Amino acid sequence: MQPTNRPVNAVELRDVTKTFGKVVANDHVSLDIRKGEILSLLGENGSGKTTLMNMLAGIYFPDSGQILVDGKEVSIRSPKDSFALHIGMIHQHFKLVDVFSAAENIVLGLKDKGKFDRKAISQQIRDISSKYGFDLDPDKKIYDMAVSEKQTVEIIKVLYRGADILILDEPTAVLTPQETEKLFSVLRNMRADGKSIVIITHKLNEVMAISDRVSVLRKGQFIATVNTSQTSPQQLTDMMVGHAVTLNIDRPEPKDPQDRLEVKGLTCLDGQGVKVLDDVSFAARSGEILGIAGIAGSGQRELCEAIAGLYPVSHGEIIYHNRHDEQAENLVGKSPLAIRNLGISLAFVPEDRLGMGLVGSMGMTGNMMLKSYDKGNGFFTDAKPPRTLAQEIKEKLEVVTPSINTPVRKLSGGNVQKVLVGREIASGPAVLMAAYPVRGLDIHSSYTIYRLLNEQKEKGVAVIYVGEDLDVLLELCDRILVLCGGKVSGIVDGRTITKEEVGFLMTTHKEEGRGHD
Amino acid sequence: MTEKQNIQREPLVRLAKRDDLSGAKKWAIRLVAIVLALVVGSLFIAVLGHNPIAVYHDIITGSLGGPSTAKVTVRVAIPLLGAALAIAPAFKMKFWNIGAEGQIMVGGIAATYFALYWYDKLPKPALLIVMAVASILAGGIWGLVPAFCKARWGTNETLFTLMLNYIAIGIEAYLQNGPWKDPSGTGFPIIAMFDQKARLPKVGGVHIGWIIVLALTVGMFIYMKYSKHGYEISVVGESQRTARYAGMNVGKIIMRTMFLSGAIAGLMGFLVVSGADYTLNNGTSGGVGFTAIIVAWLAHLNPFAMVLIAGLLAVLTKGSNTIQTNFKIPASAADVLSAIILFFMLGCEFFINYRMIFRGSKAKVPAGPAPATPAASPDTAEKEADEHE
Repeated sequence: MQPTNRPVNAVELRDVTKTFGKVVANDHVSLDIRKGEILSLLGENGSGKTTLMNMLAGIYFPDSGQILVDGKEVSIRSPKDSFALHIGMIHQHFKLVDVFSAAENIVLGLKDKGKFDRKAISQQIRDISSKYGFDLDPDKKIYDMAVSEKQTVEIIKVLYRGADILILDEPTAVLTPQETEKLFSVLRNMRADGKSIVIITHKLNEVMAISDRVSVLRKGQFIATVNTSQTSPQQLTDMMVGHAVTLNIDRPEPKDPQDRLEVKGLTCLDGQGVKVLDDVSFAARSGEILGIAGIAGSGQRELCEAIAGLYPVSHGEIIYHNRHDEQAENLVGKSPLAIRNLGISLAFVPEDRLGMGLVGSMGMTGNMMLKSYDKGNGFFTDAKPPRTLAQEIKEKLEVVTPSINTPVRKLSGGNVQKVLVGREIASGPAVLMAAYPVRGLDIHSSYTIYRLLNEQKEKGVAVIYVGEDLDVLLELCDRILVLCGGKVSGIVDGRTITKEEVGFLMTTHKEEGRGHD
Repeated sequence: MTEKQNIQREPLVRLAKRDDLSGAKKWAIRLVAIVLALVVGSLFIAVLGHNPIAVYHDIITGSLGGPSTAKVTVRVAIPLLGAALAIAPAFKMKFWNIGAEGQIMVGGIAATYFALYWYDKLPKPALLIVMAVASILAGGIWGLVPAFCKARWGTNETLFTLMLNYIAIGIEAYLQNGPWKDPSGTGFPIIAMFDQKARLPKVGGVHIGWIIVLALTVGMFIYMKYSKHGYEISVVGESQRTARYAGMNVGKIIMRTMFLSGAIAGLMGFLVVSGADYTLNNGTSGGVGFTAIIVAWLAHLNPFAMVLIAGLLAVLTKGSNTIQTNFKIPASAADVLSAIILFFMLGCEFFINYRMIFRGSKAKVPAGPAPATPAASPDTAEKEADEHE
């Protein structure tokens, strides 16, 4: 980074406060973003990073405080105002029209007078691409694109609108390690061009790798800004969580592992007849944690749902073996209720917690009975056992909620997950599937989840952990199954494999890549 | 950057989600809304050249003033409450059944068939029970058809239930003008009045239907809150994916609930033909199926609140009939008056959920948990209301 002249602040936030109801998302936060720097905005989930940046993007309006752009006080009431100030935000969830091409998405909503000149627009997009080192075909349709390409479209969209200040909300969450490296080199090119870049993240290694300075938020409050070169991951963690946290995740040795769930040649088709799972075979063993790695959308969701009886299977078998191997049931074609009626306890913590695993409008009690409400022959539900269970889980897992009857959607992400995992574990499962169980959780809650999964493992449960953070997968799992495009590209030992190797498997199909066991 | 000048200013009004208001404050806002509605309504009456106080007075006396008028009001309220109860489970399931109108009509048609052709074959209690069962089945089937198609092929229930209304109304018109036309009628295409045996008995001066709908109110409350079915309905309404995850048969639940919904609406058709009108005509459902949607929403699908809302709407309906005759106010003007009151009642829900922050009131919004400035809410309600009028 060579600041052209003296370091000028592109953006200054002064005493910005934003509340949602009783929740203070940002409490008198003051922060500045310099010209031509990459600033990491670091904090646990729920620390107010995204809220703060959304106020620059015109999505929220601060309750109090000032925002200065180029030294002048401004009021950003809408994304349009934000663009006018040359601020562009790339959100975590892309906002693209699937059936449009990249170029069409990029110019969408612009009110330029005159002819819609596709050629000129495509040329401009190519110019931007080559300037910063992107790789994008302006005429490609969004539905044909991989996630990383969609992200590229989003970034070029804001550059096309003349953004000098780019805010990226967890940009690497959906990328492979290789893609992340590529993104970082693009970001460095932009910095060299004098752009200011803010990366919202909670991944320390990326903070260290890319940023010039790091600003840390904790529970809505600004903690400090430090120069990356003068800090360490340990110091940043301390600032983030407020006290030291051991970074080591326990991994007890599996005891007497036996095949509990045997998946053979599993193939599933989506609504369009495309194979989302292709000849997937593996065994989940009792007393061990089987990790499932892969780029988002490689068939993880379909695999979990197929096992749970929620996704139609076109070929293959899912055989369940009970504890003493007296019973072997093929679960294919059985509904969740049918599986339950066979006496098989299959716990499933789905990715979409409030849209699938829980009923957001109900309290803990109502959610406890989700899978057991039909017990007994009576016409009425029995609210007593679920109430007791809710109380137990609230105390044991330290769920922070005003009452066990408060709608769970009002709880924070970590508490929502504790309610869901608590219920699934309470059913005394033989197989426990957890899809992205720590996504969106702060470090503290994440460790609680790791501990709970390890407890289950030691009880002899076959645990399947679908994860996205490779560091966690490598520390937590005994074996790791890597999915790539719906196929198994490898099943590897979590204790010996390296991160790079897993990253390679994630992007390499079995046929074209090296052979693996 | 030419827009820079505009950007300097804070927006005039911002909305913020409220903290949960206490029950008392919610009712205070609703009360303010009703008072405002009456104020705006009186302006309207004054423009028409009448004395607002006298008109309001006659609305009350004309609907609740004496035993006979009160009885008519109760009679109006019965199908309204019943239809709202019918809609409640469907709406809780987020199945937008706007077909109560047609379900009431087919219930009335089914009951009428037995009233016209079986009155001499059965004793009175048996005849009434047969009529009730027929109306329940007919209404239930009318509700089941769109539910089946929704569960099977994912059809749009809103359009489907709406169109079934017109089919039901068409069938009634055909019967009235053709096969069921009263031969002794004086040329008018009407259906004969029911025999005494096909008329519902009265309790306390109003047909027995009022006891039935009150019993249904309690029953529906218990069904929704404590039964396994009610639990399933809540889960399906929240997320079908969650329901499948929990092992529920979503299609079955949708069909069962819509049968119930249609069945209750059908029963209301029976109460209207056998208790109030003693015949079937094209006004048997009379918009009740649609008004009931307002009742159900205003009551937040709470059966007991529906009793109040249905009663209030019945007072408005009956009262506006009275002022039409007493003051020679046209029917449409009386409808405007009712609409003003409904508008404010629906509108005030917005102020219960949101508070407004005006430009320059920054000082009022301190950092940290803001005490929601409840005192300001009636004011803001007023400002908003004035803007609308």
